[in-house]
Amino acid sequence: MKALVSLVFVLLLVAIAWIGSEAGGEVVFGVVLPYAAFLVFLVGFTWKIVKWARAPVPFRIPTTSGQQKSLPWIRQARFDNPATGLQVVGRMALEVLLFRSLFQNTKAEMRTEKGRGPRLVFGGDKSLWIVSLIFHWTFLVILIRHLRFFLDPVPGWLLTLGNLDAFFQVSVPALYITDVLVVLALGILLLRRFTNSQVRAISLVSDYFPLLLLLGVVISGIVVRYFAKTDVVGVKELGANLLTLRLSVPAGIGAQAYVHLFLVCTLLAYFPFSKLMHAGGVFLSPTRNLANNNRMVRHINPWNRPVAYHRFEDWEKEFAKEIEDAGYELERD
Amino acid sequence: MYDKGKILAGIALFLVLVLFPVWYGAAQGGPGRPPDLVVGTDAESCVRDTETMRISHMDLLDEWRNRVVRDGVRRDEVSGREMSLTRTCLDCHADREGFCTKCHDYAGVDPDCWDCHNLPEGAGHER
Repeated sequence: MKALVSLVFVLLLVAIAWIGSEAGGEVVFGVVLPYAAFLVFLVGFTWKIVKWARAPVPFRIPTTSGQQKSLPWIRQARFDNPATGLQVVGRMALEVLLFRSLFQNTKAEMRTEKGRGPRLVFGGDKSLWIVSLIFHWTFLVILIRHLRFFLDPVPGWLLTLGNLDAFFQVSVPALYITDVLVVLALGILLLRRFTNSQVRAISLVSDYFPLLLLLGVVISGIVVRYFAKTDVVGVKELGANLLTLRLSVPAGIGAQAYVHLFLVCTLLAYFPFSKLMHAGGVFLSPTRNLANNNRMVRHINPWNRPVAYHRFEDWEKEFAKEIEDAGYELERD
Repeated sequence: MYDKGKILAGIALFLVLVLFPVWYGAAQGGPGRPPDLVVGTDAESCVRDTETMRISHMDLLDEWRNRVVRDGVRRDEVSGREMSLTRTCLDCHADREGFCTKCHDYAGVDPDCWDCHNLPEGAGHER
């Protein structure tokens, strides 16, 4: 049901862009909405980060998944229990670039074998890690490839990237490997929510909708490139117009291209307010980005009220006369 | 705000990266207008109508390649012309640099036509 609602949402977006751009709304879908969406994305993203950054972090709370720095002959797990800033950088780089914590994903499952009762089996599960990794990296490559619509002249490295992506030279225009991989990866991530009953139970509209929206973006992009082609020069002219604040839309960009653009705009505007913000949030995860130096550095709670201490030295000073009269020695002497 | 310097640097880096096309455009003197192509002919029409040629000439070339190489058919039924990149297309659009390359460069397309096809010698493309 939740998946169905999300699907209806995405199809509705497609219909809006299709009908709207056909009915003469090219300026709305080609200029107004892209600017608005991009502005919402930039401001929303920054605002979210600032909001999170304002939360106080007086104490170090990293997940310590390995041996902490201890005596010299005990080997420290540097990336699982970093003690210095540099080790944190290593941990974060592995996390952001290779999804290391997802690599350590585990899974519990009931298995029934012949001659034995049902057993609870517990083991590693790399499938989610590999599919997520494929999705994120292919999506990045696709994003960078799209720079050719905004950069003039197109730099050589961008052409090289495209040529590498089209390495197998199948079909005209050449099939991009990332186009195939991203659809497969998103499909598997969606199927996972249907087939895994535990994941299915906790899946919400806000889980299905981004997945289906991304699938919509990717599929509409594939349609525009391989099947219902659009005027690429017109698209690039629109890109240049957007960059230079020329508020005009070149003719000849079909409705299919506006559908793709509108879905991307929706994604951009939706980004800061959704689970997709993990892109920025991962950098602000206190369980990942803090060094476990709780026993090496003194951390003082900034909102501690000042405590009226009465130290031994003060007490001794206060009763110095009485202590001496009683014949005891004073510590300070 | 804890780690203020690092977080502000991160936000700044994010904004710089996301707005990269703007900086690039500014450094290169702004993204230009679509190039004026040297069509090279006054003929009324191409082998298909202009809109089709503009958007899906690559499909047509692909189809021609298959018809010639696989089916042995050399003449295009629609236009009556020979299905040949170098002899039909370049016959009118003689200035490859000013027509094909200029537009491909602008759009960031890097087709591999000329990996195999030789450009006929001479400006007039003798047959």
